Amino acid sequence: MQVKINGKPEEIQSGTVLDLLNAKKIEPQMVAVEVNDKVLERDDLATTHLHEGDQVEFLFYMGGGR
Amino acid sequence: MDFTEEQINRYSRHILLPEVGGKGQKKIAKSKILLVGAGGLGSPAALYLSAAGVGTIGLIDSDVVDLTNLQRQILHHTPDVGRPKVQSGKEKIQALNPDVSVSMYEERLTAGNALKIFGDYDIVIDGVDNFPAKFLINDACFFAEKPLIHGGILRFDGRVTTIIPKKSACYRCVFKAPPPPGLVASCQEAGVIGVLAGIIGTIQATEALKLILGVGRPLTDRLLDFDARKTQFREIKVRRNQNCALCGDHPTITELFDDGDPYAGCAVRPSA
Repeated sequence: MQVKINGKPEEIQSGTVLDLLNAKKIEPQMVAVEVNDKVLERDDLATTHLHEGDQVEFLFYMGGGR
Repeated sequence: MDFTEEQINRYSRHILLPEVGGKGQKKIAKSKILLVGAGGLGSPAALYLSAAGVGTIGLIDSDVVDLTNLQRQILHHTPDVGRPKVQSGKEKIQALNPDVSVSMYEERLTAGNALKIFGDYDIVIDGVDNFPAKFLINDACFFAEKPLIHGGILRFDGRVTTIIPKKSACYRCVFKAPPPPGLVASCQEAGVIGVLAGIIGTIQATEALKLILGVGRPLTDRLLDFDARKTQFREIKVRRNQNCALCGDHPTITELFDDGDPYAGCAVRPSA
């Protein structure tokens, strides 16, 4: 199915947000995940199923400034 | 407060703008802006805000200027290496515009001093390089009810957002807590393209001036991400999170605390 990840359309296997993070080798603790403009609680990553057309944002920490 | 003829000249390009005028310039002259960090982001913000005629600029930084800072921290010059950043910063600000009064805080921001310092300012600008400090600034702005202009830079990426406590999404609404220190690379390891500090810090200064003037639409409930490789901005909508530990419906953070070791690191984006 197709979803948008950080603005880009992408074909992914159906599954949960955690499945997608695992497939992309992203450590769940390193990222905030938004689906359709709503930030997910970390506990909900494994129970939130993605659907065709969902807009997923992986928001990485950006810490510098000095 | 009346402007002298010289000040009217100095600020004439502002005063000409219908959105600013003499009235807006007076608002700028009365404003007090706190820069937490007089480094990469703090440098361009300090220079443009002082050029704009901000009445009081506060600088918090406990560091001295290091040679490796000069690649991006344009508030500091080669002869300043080894000098306290707040001192070097104050001199540049006042050389640019003697109208600006500068308050120096040569110390680290902590849960112990944050609220007292923040209380004296209208707006806070985040120019720090580590997550515990970014969370501390976010929390202190919430408790002190001060608008926060958040910024971050890393490698070729930058991010800005404006946070109006209790009105728009806060940093914790999105990023609940600092990342685990073990997973974090250090700033020195990560690197940053110097000009990025100019781009993001200048947007932070723009947001601060807009808030002072009440002009336009603030960058609230939006993360503005910039990718210097592609010269591309992207806006990510965020909203207040009712489960937010700080500003949600049932907060668990009810007083200020130091959330982790500020020396733990700054960079965590996969390098892909």
